[in-house]
Amino acid sequence: MKVSLNWLSDYVDYEGVEPAELAEKITRSGIEVDAVDNRSEGLKNIVVGHVLECSQHPQADKLNICRVDVGEEEPSQIICGAPNVAAGQKVVVARPGARLPGGVKIKKAKLRGEESHGMICSLQELGFDGKVVPKAYASGIYVLPEDARPGEDALGLLGLDDTVLELDLTPNRSDALSMLGVAYETAAILSKDVKLPETAHEEAAEPASGRLNLRVDASEANPLYAAKVVRNVKVGESPEWLKARLMAAGVRPLNNIVDITNYVLMEYGQPLHAFDYDRLATGEIVVRHASDGEVIETLDGTERKLEPHHLVITNGREPVALAGVMGGANSEVHDGTTTVVIEAAYFSPASVRKTSRELGLRSDASTRFEKGVDPNRVAEAGERAAALMADLAGGEVLAGTVLFDELDKEPKRVTVSPDFINERLGMKIPFEEMEEILRRLQFPYEAVNGQFVIDAPTRRVDISIPEDIVEEIARLYGYDEIPATLPVTESIPGGLTPYQAKRRTVRRYLEGAGLYQAITYSLTSESESQKFALETAPVTRLLMPMSEERSTLRQSLLPHLLEAVTYNTARQTNSVALYEVGSVFLGEGEDGLPTEVEHAAGAVTGEWSGGGWQDGQKPVDFYAVKGIVEGLAEELGLSEKLSFRKGEMDGLHPGRTADVLLDGERVGIIGQLHPSEQKARDLKETIVFELNLQQLLREETEALIYTPVPKFPSISRDIALVVPKAVQAAVLENTIRTHAGKTLKDVRIFDVYEGDRMEEGMKSIAFSMTYLDPERTLTDEEVSEAHKRIVSALEAEGAQIRN
Amino acid sequence: MEQQLQQLKEEALQAIASAADVKSLNDVRVKYLGKKGPVTDLLKGMGKLPAEERPKMGALVNEVRGEVTAELESRMAALEEQAVAKKLEAESIDVTLPGTAVKTGNHHPLTRIIEEIEDFFISMGYEVAEGPEVEKDYYNFEALNLPKGHPARDMQDSFYITEDILLRTHTSPVQARTMEVKEGKPFKIICPGKVYRRDNDDATHSHQFTQIEGLVVGENIRMSDLKGTLDRFAKKMFGEDREIRLRPSYFPFTEPSVEMDISCFKCGGSGCNVCKKTGWIEILGAGMVHPNVLRMGGYDPDVHSGFAFGMGPERIAMLKYGIEDIRHFYTDDLRFIGQFRRTEG
Repeated sequence: MKVSLNWLSDYVDYEGVEPAELAEKITRSGIEVDAVDNRSEGLKNIVVGHVLECSQHPQADKLNICRVDVGEEEPSQIICGAPNVAAGQKVVVARPGARLPGGVKIKKAKLRGEESHGMICSLQELGFDGKVVPKAYASGIYVLPEDARPGEDALGLLGLDDTVLELDLTPNRSDALSMLGVAYETAAILSKDVKLPETAHEEAAEPASGRLNLRVDASEANPLYAAKVVRNVKVGESPEWLKARLMAAGVRPLNNIVDITNYVLMEYGQPLHAFDYDRLATGEIVVRHASDGEVIETLDGTERKLEPHHLVITNGREPVALAGVMGGANSEVHDGTTTVVIEAAYFSPASVRKTSRELGLRSDASTRFEKGVDPNRVAEAGERAAALMADLAGGEVLAGTVLFDELDKEPKRVTVSPDFINERLGMKIPFEEMEEILRRLQFPYEAVNGQFVIDAPTRRVDISIPEDIVEEIARLYGYDEIPATLPVTESIPGGLTPYQAKRRTVRRYLEGAGLYQAITYSLTSESESQKFALETAPVTRLLMPMSEERSTLRQSLLPHLLEAVTYNTARQTNSVALYEVGSVFLGEGEDGLPTEVEHAAGAVTGEWSGGGWQDGQKPVDFYAVKGIVEGLAEELGLSEKLSFRKGEMDGLHPGRTADVLLDGERVGIIGQLHPSEQKARDLKETIVFELNLQQLLREETEALIYTPVPKFPSISRDIALVVPKAVQAAVLENTIRTHAGKTLKDVRIFDVYEGDRMEEGMKSIAFSMTYLDPERTLTDEEVSEAHKRIVSALEAEGAQIRN
Repeated sequence: MEQQLQQLKEEALQAIASAADVKSLNDVRVKYLGKKGPVTDLLKGMGKLPAEERPKMGALVNEVRGEVTAELESRMAALEEQAVAKKLEAESIDVTLPGTAVKTGNHHPLTRIIEEIEDFFISMGYEVAEGPEVEKDYYNFEALNLPKGHPARDMQDSFYITEDILLRTHTSPVQARTMEVKEGKPFKIICPGKVYRRDNDDATHSHQFTQIEGLVVGENIRMSDLKGTLDRFAKKMFGEDREIRLRPSYFPFTEPSVEMDISCFKCGGSGCNVCKKTGWIEILGAGMVHPNVLRMGGYDPDVHSGFAFGMGPERIAMLKYGIEDIRHFYTDDLRFIGQFRRTEG
């Protein structure tokens, strides 16, 4: 909402308060002022000129040589390129030495050999937004009324001796979508009175009801309809002051009749519509819901197909306006209009909101109806418009109002005690101060048994409960006055849940292991959404995605994580190690919501260790990433429960993929990207993992109890085996563990060899076993015994013992 | 014999002095003091002396042996020291070459901010509450005093899955869910999490971003408690000399509603580019919990009251670290994330 301070001064006297100070006060007490626009800032030496003669420039087709009276003895010669310049016009002249917006300085100049003493200005050149400049002057200079006096300062005439406050309104303060609303707010802040506009006008003897019949067939959507009829109007340009105010408010002037309805809209916040009475043709207005498929051409020239819940104004036969949203082209006021019907109505917020949304049509009118206009000012706004039409367009207002009225106009009654207000605020505002604030707000109240009984004015649709009064008192008393205390409550211990604490541990561990935390988008394309998913579930897709790329919720963290890896490698970061902890979405779970499962995933490419000056680089491989997962399991106390087996997944290397199992159940995957997947993603060798974190973290682990540090020495034995390549190390280790007996403390693989020194299809694998008895020193014989058992068990499974 | 002894001593001392290394010094020792050396010979030859000369001679031999041994040891120590010094000299390295890198990653800047906020509120007795990112319209809007058709739904155009299910547009639904769980008991929570809005991604908008909200419900919770809490938070997060101010605002779930500004941490309030010359920076929205929200959560607004606040970690990170484009948080460029490793303060 743009508020011209010149205009505001019609209703409230803010003398002595500078615009910036006023803006600050308004902001601090509830409505944010986004900008304070001093419209004359940087403008200088801009006067009224009278074009005495105008002839074509001999050297240039598009230039005119004008002799312009600028209030001095001798007329000035000014070259003007505007197509609409003509002798006899009163125009705006920037004289030599003048300043225009943007720091433009006007100097004497020579244009194609002819001197020019200044410039004849368009409104845009004076800082007006092209969108508000009247169409007639949109591509040329602005022409002032004939009574402008040459040499007079033009800024006042154009309304540029003004400051405009731009308000950023929250949705509850729709009352401030009007000059009067802002006036009430300003008056409350400054403790002043509000002066209301003049609505009195003369009436012709002829009754309006003699010309116009009204029927409302949809009283719920339209509980109040007041029509005034004004005859003998002369449609033309509005006076300068009115145009200036509309432009300051961001509205483009059109003609006096439409301008008046817009002016009153801005003044009262009550949208009005003016119909051409003769074009209505039937002398009748019927408000009803549209029939299915009915069509209306709105003022913007668009044909719109309607549905039965859209409310329309008709002439009894066909729609002439889309109620509360936009008028129809067929009943529009035009230059030849003589009789006007002014519509002042209350359309229900829900109805207008729905219509305007569905048709994608928002207007100054619909915005206000949607929020709810003041029921007690509807008819008054109609009278105000009629008065202005009588005054400014020579119209005669017919007697009376054609009225349909079932609207509830009762104010809302709010009862609140001063104690409640002070308790909620933690303050001790005296009773009298509260009374004073209610008076400033012009909230009628009575003090009954120490309570305020308040009739909230209907202009303030946001006031309905005691808490609203708490806010009103607080904001006008000043939030700075509220003391700073801390809640006095039963003391409850705060903190993280075990799950949350473990999740932090996981993050710290992964960072310590060399991975950087990424955060990627949850929305992806439907085709990527199930890629790398650990389990299959229905996808969750948006009803109206903004793009296919962000249409579906992810079921794996890996696709976006890999995208991030590619992003980095494409920017010369060749070694990338990323992880993410985030949710995947498996439809459809409880309550129709997808089941959200927290996962942890990682992707690593490039060199894993080395890369310094000391030794060579070692690229990342499957085992580096498996080591991270194993370390994580250890961190979480799950080493014993976690195991791995050969796995498979689309997009991963079939020979280099492992399932991660927790107590035998698959909770994750580790693997190298499939070469074709790598190529498609423009990546080099990349290893990934993804774990169902929720399952890992929910697993309860035993309390940590210390095991005594061994007092007796341990004994180690090594064994090297030759087995076929396909034999998995885990199988051999399992055999060892099964047969070694209970003194076996640890089994470690310390060498694997598959080179050409081996027989075709065979590999060598070497284990180191550590034996320990916490109670005594083991003898060599005992260990040899165990070792023999292992050897024969391994041999029984086909392994050769290598010496 | 005495003369012979004297000569031997001088010879030995000379040999010691001229031994250049440990090995040749050892040779000297063997030569003079060894089992086959001249001193031993002299001692062996003592038997031939007359008995009355023997003690005198014995003492003399011992004296010479002692002197030579002492000299030998001291020379040995000096040579060893030299040898060590030489070895150390040979072992010296270029200490200006870089150390072997310890390769660790680090957290995302949003996590850094969120954990800092979490930890502050945990120290004030808050629990951390979480909830689903895909929500029911009821928890996202209706339970928060935003019935269908409410004009404030305009403010947050949403990603719907069905008519009743959507990606949450704020973390407030966690508040509504927590109230149901707490069944009328007082509590203090903060709710961090991801949220989604129908925005085109640009320098200042992201269709996915994060939020942290706080909620305190109990008997006689006052607006002054909100102010005091936010004041401590601002000082902890942005520096002890920060001041806060509250400005009236509007949120459907609170009444009264405010926005909190802090005095600019860059210029201290005199006006700069960070605070757009106002001296103040908007940090968060807050207010007293709307009675309808309490009621829907199963709390009696006549008995209970509460305050709530909400803020955007992206905005806080952008202000704190001077980040100019919100998209940096979601491109996961290591040249960006890698900058948020070190400690501050």
